[in-house]
Amino acid sequence: MDFNYSDEQKLLIDSVERFIQDDYDFDTRRAILKSEDGFRRDLWQKFGELGWLAVPFSEEDGGLGGTAVETMIIMECFGRGLVVEPYLSTVVLAGGLLRHGGTTGQKETVLPELMAGTLLAAVGYAEPTSRFNLADVSTTAEKAAGGYVLKGRKSVVLHGPMADKLIVSARTSGGRRDEAGITLFLVDAGAAGVSRQDYPTVDGLRASEIVLDGVSVGEGDVVGVVGEGFALLERVIDEATAAICAEAVGAMETLHKATLEYARTRVQFGQPIGRFQVIQHRLVDMYMAYEQAKSMAIMASLKLDAAPEERRRAVSAAKVQIGKSARFIGQQAVQLHGGMGMTDELNVGHYFKRLTMIETLFGNTDFHLKRYAA
Amino acid sequence: MDLSFSAEDLAFQREVRSFIAENYPADIKARFDAGLEPRKEDFVRWQKILFEKGWVAPAWPKEYGGTGWTATQKYIFQEELGAANTPGIIPFGLSMVGPVIYTFATEEQKKRFLPGILSSDVWWCQGYSEPGSGSDLASLKTKAVRQGDKYIVNGSKTWTTMAQWADWIFCLVRTDSSVKQQEGISFLLFDMKSPGVTVRPIITMDGGHEVNECFFDNVEVPVENLIGQEGMGWTYAKFLLGHERSGIAAVARSKRGIAKLKQIANTEQSDGSPLIEDPDYRRKLAELEIDLTALEYTELRTLARESQGKGPGPESSILKIKGTEIQQAITELAVEAAGYYAFAYNRRAMDGANEPVVGPAATAFAAPSYFNMRKTSIYGGSNEIQKNIIAKMVLGL
Repeated sequence: MDFNYSDEQKLLIDSVERFIQDDYDFDTRRAILKSEDGFRRDLWQKFGELGWLAVPFSEEDGGLGGTAVETMIIMECFGRGLVVEPYLSTVVLAGGLLRHGGTTGQKETVLPELMAGTLLAAVGYAEPTSRFNLADVSTTAEKAAGGYVLKGRKSVVLHGPMADKLIVSARTSGGRRDEAGITLFLVDAGAAGVSRQDYPTVDGLRASEIVLDGVSVGEGDVVGVVGEGFALLERVIDEATAAICAEAVGAMETLHKATLEYARTRVQFGQPIGRFQVIQHRLVDMYMAYEQAKSMAIMASLKLDAAPEERRRAVSAAKVQIGKSARFIGQQAVQLHGGMGMTDELNVGHYFKRLTMIETLFGNTDFHLKRYAA
Repeated sequence: MDLSFSAEDLAFQREVRSFIAENYPADIKARFDAGLEPRKEDFVRWQKILFEKGWVAPAWPKEYGGTGWTATQKYIFQEELGAANTPGIIPFGLSMVGPVIYTFATEEQKKRFLPGILSSDVWWCQGYSEPGSGSDLASLKTKAVRQGDKYIVNGSKTWTTMAQWADWIFCLVRTDSSVKQQEGISFLLFDMKSPGVTVRPIITMDGGHEVNECFFDNVEVPVENLIGQEGMGWTYAKFLLGHERSGIAAVARSKRGIAKLKQIANTEQSDGSPLIEDPDYRRKLAELEIDLTALEYTELRTLARESQGKGPGPESSILKIKGTEIQQAITELAVEAAGYYAFAYNRRAMDGANEPVVGPAATAFAAPSYFNMRKTSIYGGSNEIQKNIIAKMVLGL
């Protein structure tokens, strides 16, 4: 039994933590949120130089051969800094689909640029009325000469506005909510028939509504096996879910620390509010919620390569715990900061907003409770 | 024990309902039903309509412009306003400083200030909290030093709601630092256009602008703007907070909120069926509705005691705590119902820009509303402070 990080992993933690401290303070992030692009391409390139974009890819694909633990480390640190750059979409989601299901040709054309930081990608897995069900796919892929024609709409595609490549789910056969008959396609974001409506999200990211109106793709653009895309997509969404669980842990840790510090220094009624037992117990409850969440995030990351049934249950269990902890810690951090916690000026509200959206992302607590119990 | 309305009460209810139906401007209703950011002119226009009818200040004694209604009638009136989703009566003039003025001010001050409050021609704001004085309000530091027939005010206030629209402020100031904290506070009224007053907006995490910081740099206030006696401000402030708490259960608004949630859950699809058919979601909605029913009957019991001349006592803190928890829970369930579309930040549409929202209109502002409503357990005496009040004043601990 060993929960310790290896020396290499410790170096990775140091490097990401140093980046957050030196290059990604709160004001820098605020400026990024207000900018036209909504992310910093120079910082993204730095991620590439530092090797972070190559972490999960195998050495034969030109990557560093990292495990889920390395991804967890990076995402947890990103959670502390509320990094908005498209790591989740490009490396974890799109990168994951290509890693597990991409053809040699797709890997050779996409991965080198992706790892170098010159190619960004996003994944369209949700539709306007699909909610969190990945099998609820109405977008169609009709067979045509040499490939397929895609028609449909993908909603809330995170990091869609900055993506060069998209991977979308579409139905090649079967009924609307059948798991069988779903196929994943690699699409050029600028291809004819792709149109986007871009918008900011409440937690500082950018997203797109993407309409696919007769988009032609080739046979070679199928990611994975025709009609069997669901299992691949579900696996990668589980990996991404574990990644945002880690991100949430980083955000919760920062929020708890900030609240603890505030309780130690904010004086009301002649003493720091942290001397009041009601505040002490609240901070203890927050601390326990954080520890439980951290345990579950680790558990989920370690089970990502288990058999699908075990992986599903582990990820859903973690997401339920993270959802509950994130809501409690987020709300209480705002509450204990009083009016200051409500402001846009203080970082607390920004963490709270991100945690709220993580609670929703890839299925909220109700969804994962059901999936676990199923 | 009989909780049914009398024939007179039912007739009154019909009268109020038809008045609202005939007089609530359609454009304001459209804005409020869509959940857009409210505008000053919407509040003023609606309050003036109520004023013309003589209904703008039901809580006031009849001699000062009140309605002379029974407690039940006041309750019915609030219920009907809430059910129709009219703009809330802005409390600063009508529910806060108004009662302080008719209770503690001189005849001359009453003549000077009450008409503008009733007609909504003068917009008031509340100068209570300071950066260092939130829950511990009595530690406030804004100073008023008397010089001849003037006070010179220096200091700052924060979380001043709608100060950007205010003509006047009622302000707690320290006039004596040599006595016990609570005994050195006075209650001053002054014009927000006075030289030395600066208002700086505070943007909240939902992106809205409701609250402000107010800075006072040698603001000259005539002594005739002092309410009651110097050093008695804390007594008036506590009197006012009692009034602030009594309307805070917001039962009628939460009923509307739950009705809207049901509409949303009827249209949102989950695995091909309406979300309302999802047993987990349905159960949470039911629990919330039951919580609200309990609050409604607790409020009715409080009202009944009030109509017998008792209260509003410290037990009204229950209404604040439960009322705000329910308002917050409604917004939580709206975010859950919205699913992925809760991500979309439709701020410009919310501010009234004529542009389409991303995703269904019914949940377009679900997340910002949820973020915004976190304020309710903080303002008006945080819920922790309300529990202290109950522990001390009700339970004698």
